[in-house]
Amino acid sequence: MIEVKHLTKRYGSHTAVSDLSFTIEKGQIYGFLGPNGAGKSTTMNIMTGCLAATEGQVKIGGFDIFEEAEQAKKLIGYLPEQPPLYLDRTPREYLSFVARAKKIPEKKIPEELERVMAVTATLDVADRLIRNLSKGYKQRVGIAQAILGDPEVIILDEPTVGLDPRQIIEIRDLIRQLGKEHTVILSSHILSEVQAVCQTILIISKGRLVACDTPDNLERLFAGTNTVELVAEGTEEEIRRILADVTLGQVASLRDLGDGSCFIKLQSDQSKGNAVCRELFFAFSKAGKPILRMTTTRASLEDVFMELTNGEKEDGK
Amino acid sequence: MRAVFKHELSSCFSNMTAYVFGGFLLLFTGIYVMVYNLQNATVNFEYVLGSMSFVFLIIVPILTMRVLAEERRQKTDQLLYSLPLTMTQVVLGKYFALLAVFAAPMLIVCLYPLILSAYGNVNLAGSYSAIFGFFCLGAALIALGVYISSVTESQAVAAGLCFVVMLCNYFISDLSGFASSTAYASLASLAVVILLVCLVVYLMTKSGVFAFGLGAVLEAGLIGLYLWDSSRFEGLFPEIISQLSLFERFYAIVNGVLDLTAIVYYLSVSGVFLFFSVQSMEKRRWSE
Repeated sequence: MIEVKHLTKRYGSHTAVSDLSFTIEKGQIYGFLGPNGAGKSTTMNIMTGCLAATEGQVKIGGFDIFEEAEQAKKLIGYLPEQPPLYLDRTPREYLSFVARAKKIPEKKIPEELERVMAVTATLDVADRLIRNLSKGYKQRVGIAQAILGDPEVIILDEPTVGLDPRQIIEIRDLIRQLGKEHTVILSSHILSEVQAVCQTILIISKGRLVACDTPDNLERLFAGTNTVELVAEGTEEEIRRILADVTLGQVASLRDLGDGSCFIKLQSDQSKGNAVCRELFFAFSKAGKPILRMTTTRASLEDVFMELTNGEKEDGK
Repeated sequence: MRAVFKHELSSCFSNMTAYVFGGFLLLFTGIYVMVYNLQNATVNFEYVLGSMSFVFLIIVPILTMRVLAEERRQKTDQLLYSLPLTMTQVVLGKYFALLAVFAAPMLIVCLYPLILSAYGNVNLAGSYSAIFGFFCLGAALIALGVYISSVTESQAVAAGLCFVVMLCNYFISDLSGFASSTAYASLASLAVVILLVCLVVYLMTKSGVFAFGLGAVLEAGLIGLYLWDSSRFEGLFPEIISQLSLFERFYAIVNGVLDLTAIVYYLSVSGVFLFFSVQSMEKRRWSE
């Protein structure tokens, strides 16, 4: 559906996006994830023709966004970071302008407006000035604008920023609904959001694509290690002796808590998850030292994200 | 283009612009008709328009200042870029909407000669050709205003700049009398103009080689022409400057010469500035 090839954007000496390539398939929800300033908005602006790339190519449904702009743009609905609204118009006037610009036949416009306003729940504010609407309603009018004319691809740049929690949930539900029939691409710097809605995540850092996979796969791929944290009674020396017999995990840290117990952190392969705990339990019970607390944590997507985006920074140096 | 036209037209009427613009225009026409035609008992409606042409200095910025600058400030230009519209359609749609806003009070102005003719012997042909010339002059100035609005994102800057540029143009034929008309002075002034043009080219393209090459070629050509026939340079610079005046050609129409070259001149000025506006909108995509 969308092909992005070797996309590069430079502002003077600053490179905002460098050599980005990916393909987007039809009928899925994609998430662009990355810290602020990673190049998400720049990439989206280039994909929608709002910005020219320094190098590279973007094809929407086979049409080049620059060479065959009109055909390509007919396939996209775009909500930029700041919803592009005319404050002195009402949503109905605004949407009918967008509908005409998208070349929806004049007869179908009222019907189409009703549809998108119903989907985005903006019917009750349809005839109020956009200036007077709340942030949440403005955002929804922005989304309504993007889905007018039923484009195949809907691109939303940070669609939930500045909304209250209830509105965020509503917008997410709306995006899931849209994802059933459209290809949706959304960007966010909030992990849980992307994880909750998207089927595929593209992690961008410093203008580069560092990962592209499903949320589960990303966790599995990068979270190769399990962490076991435990607190057990005993002096540091005694515990070191016990741990010497434990073969499955490596000790990452060991600290005397000062009340006759120690805090221990071990790392192991994910596949050996419970085996490590079992071994630790028997090792400590054999030595007669009770384990006071023990938890295993699987690396979350958050860790993956941190690792990927930090790793990139170090490479950059 | 029709979508942009309709949208721009209705927004001009929803945010007072059209009313303020039309109100000013009609107020000035009314005052001048009172003074010229009624008080002084003359029948020449064309002189009314001739004397009030400076009204454009005030009303054109009112009309054009927000047209593209505001899109940029409110970031609604991103919508225009992502819609299946070309920048030519956007600029032309907006320009024609502004022309429509200008045409509405002009239709009322068209009634004046008819009303006056009920009480005297009005030169209708002269009056209507002056009204036509007035409209063409306005159309050219509006195109200039649209271009100025496209280079900034502040309405105030757009309005101020537009006013200053039009003010210079308004007085340019008077000012050209002060420029020295000797051949050598013309040569020197033109050389300076070429240098300024090359500086602008350099700032826009950031290519020193191209700007320098262009400057060298133009200056060499200029000096070559001067050496070949210096007598042609006598009075050339003041002449060129006064040719730039948009208002001067309108006064010729007011005086009863409906010159086709003047109309072509106005059309080409509008065309050039609209072309520049499209380019300036396109350029934003590259440098934003």
